Amino acid sequence: MKVTILQFPGTNCEYDTQHAFEKLGATTEIVWHKAESLPADTNLLVVAGGFSYGDYLRSGAIAKFSPVMKAVTEYANKGGKVLGICNGFQVLTEAGLLPGALKRNDGLHFISKHHTLKVENSDNIFLEKLNNGDIVNIPIAHHDGNYFIDQDGLKELYANNQVLLTYSDKDGSIKNPNGSVDSIAGVCNKNKNVFGLMPHPERAMESILGSDDGVKMLEGFLAS
Amino acid sequence: MTTAIINVSLKAGVLDSQGKAVHHALDSLHFKGVSDVRVGKQIVLKLDTDDKTAAMAEVEKMCEEILANTVIEDYKIELI
Repeated sequence: MKVTILQFPGTNCEYDTQHAFEKLGATTEIVWHKAESLPADTNLLVVAGGFSYGDYLRSGAIAKFSPVMKAVTEYANKGGKVLGICNGFQVLTEAGLLPGALKRNDGLHFISKHHTLKVENSDNIFLEKLNNGDIVNIPIAHHDGNYFIDQDGLKELYANNQVLLTYSDKDGSIKNPNGSVDSIAGVCNKNKNVFGLMPHPERAMESILGSDDGVKMLEGFLAS
Repeated sequence: MTTAIINVSLKAGVLDSQGKAVHHALDSLHFKGVSDVRVGKQIVLKLDTDDKTAAMAEVEKMCEEILANTVIEDYKIELI
């Protein structure tokens, strides 16, 4: 299993992501954004978190024009598995690989804390180790995590089981930290090969550090 | 030379949290009679061309491709 991790100027979660996947037994490679192709043996491409291009203009807006993104789009369109975490989620929405957009948090503050999430749809490779309704404890760290999609788009997400995770309390009731539409924390594309979420599963790999619920999430990719 | 002034703001119907916060601040400073506040950003471009029609077409393309995210934002272009 080979995991390729993208690195833009300003990316800062690539080494955490590398550590997380290597802990699960994958081999990894960090690829600089100037690359024009991806390693041929890539089984999963991760767009890691951070602040690509300083979040200038909009989060993820400038990264979508990096040379590597052409290869990423081709890879995704051919059915390759892509995971965008936090800023990676923002990059994938800006690039049009995932529906919707991420706005400034409603409270206008940067939020950095552990948050419980509810699994809404586990009928996909990302969450297949979990069940619908499961609660996971995963850190969030974002300023622009307020997911927006219009009503028609939202209906389509529900119709295709594309809503993956929502922010909830520990009992599964809605608890919305940032104003996201329907408290959405993560979505996938229609073909269920491109996944994006604002929370950081790669930071929840050791119970001694607060939670190891990220293991169950990332393991889904290794099993497939 | 043509100057393009582009105003990018959240679409009507998309909650503008910054606008809401500013509205609240105006209210607490006793500026009454403000019914709504929207906060956007302004981008100013200096273009080499004098051809306003061509400039407008080019700037519209820039807005669609990068300067605005049309999922959540509208843009207005003024050329001078």
